[in-house]
Amino acid sequence: MTTAPDTEARLKPLMLAALAGDKAAYRALLGDLGAHLKRYFARRLSNPAAADDLVQDTLLAIHTRRDTYDPAQPFTAWVHAIARYKLIDHFRRLKLRTTLPLEDDAALFAPDETGNATDRHDVEAALGTLPDRPADLIRQVKLEGASIAEAAQRTGMSESAVKVAIHRGLKALTARFSGGADDR
Amino acid sequence: MTDDLIDRLAGELKPAPKRAVSRKLGMGVVAGALLAAIAMLAWLGLRPDLAEAMFGMMFWWKFLYTAAFVGLAFWAATRLARPGGSLRNPMMALFALIVIAGAGGIAQLLIMPPEMSRLLVMGGSALVCPFYIVALSIPVYAATALAMRRLAPTNLPAAGLAAGLLAGGTAAWVYAFHCTENGMPFLAIWYTTGILISAIAGAIVGRWALRW
Repeated sequence: MTTAPDTEARLKPLMLAALAGDKAAYRALLGDLGAHLKRYFARRLSNPAAADDLVQDTLLAIHTRRDTYDPAQPFTAWVHAIARYKLIDHFRRLKLRTTLPLEDDAALFAPDETGNATDRHDVEAALGTLPDRPADLIRQVKLEGASIAEAAQRTGMSESAVKVAIHRGLKALTARFSGGADDR
Repeated sequence: MTDDLIDRLAGELKPAPKRAVSRKLGMGVVAGALLAAIAMLAWLGLRPDLAEAMFGMMFWWKFLYTAAFVGLAFWAATRLARPGGSLRNPMMALFALIVIAGAGGIAQLLIMPPEMSRLLVMGGSALVCPFYIVALSIPVYAATALAMRRLAPTNLPAAGLAAGLLAGGTAAWVYAFHCTENGMPFLAIWYTTGILISAIAGAIVGRWALRW
């Protein structure tokens, strides 16, 4: 918003007339302010629709709160303070809308990792009883969440060979930890 | 779109009432002061020796100090309730007021015999006094904040600070009708502490309570 003296000299008498109830002066004032506000918000926001909304929002605020203008103070400074408040308010809402829900979701649906450390320790001990290759494949696919295809690519094995190795490894572990009886 | 809005707003223009800011804020403070007075009467009660105390100086020092706080804080609040308002001049005046009360307290400590010092500073209610002032300031802050939201504060923490000072000062004025303390140092320390705690709380709460 320009705060050049001539802008102030042009707008302030219009505002004073509007405060006294002069509708024509008020219409001229709002038209002038609308153009200024359009430039002000367009320069600061990439979204033209949001800038338009803010222009209207600010004009409405100027209207409903016009009794807070003190004629002893510069009029352009008063308008600028309102426009700036509306801009900050817009950013605050935007931030609330776009980042807060995502953070909330992440916290709400995060897996419960309490106790995982000891579980992981036990699993590592069990895997240690297997030969290196199947133990490594089980670690990649079952613990770290890699797909069969990814594990196959990393180790240079075929996908079916990976599946078989994992299956045999798990079977061996089941046999060892279910008391030796292999009934599957 | 914008042109339609301008037509509509210009069509419904009425002459703006004069002195709207101080009138709206003043109504808020009076409503809040009434609530605080009712709370004080129901919860704490008037000091039993009020009629007698009104012939002494100390009652009127408390009355005047807290009333001056209300006056200066009201000035601050009317400025901060307007877009772009600044706290600077009212804050300097408030600081001067606290310095004057502090000087009065020190003068009394020097004049009175040293064995009186503890009584003059701590009285019998040093720690509960700020607590009661903060508690009584809550309804005043609520009423003032409601009034302020209908105006246009643009610096919300500063506006909240002004509203908190106003609420704390009004609460302290109401509390002075209950409090039987007679020391200037007590007034300067504990009344001021209660008001300043209200002010800080007001600044923190103002960030969201004053959004419009």
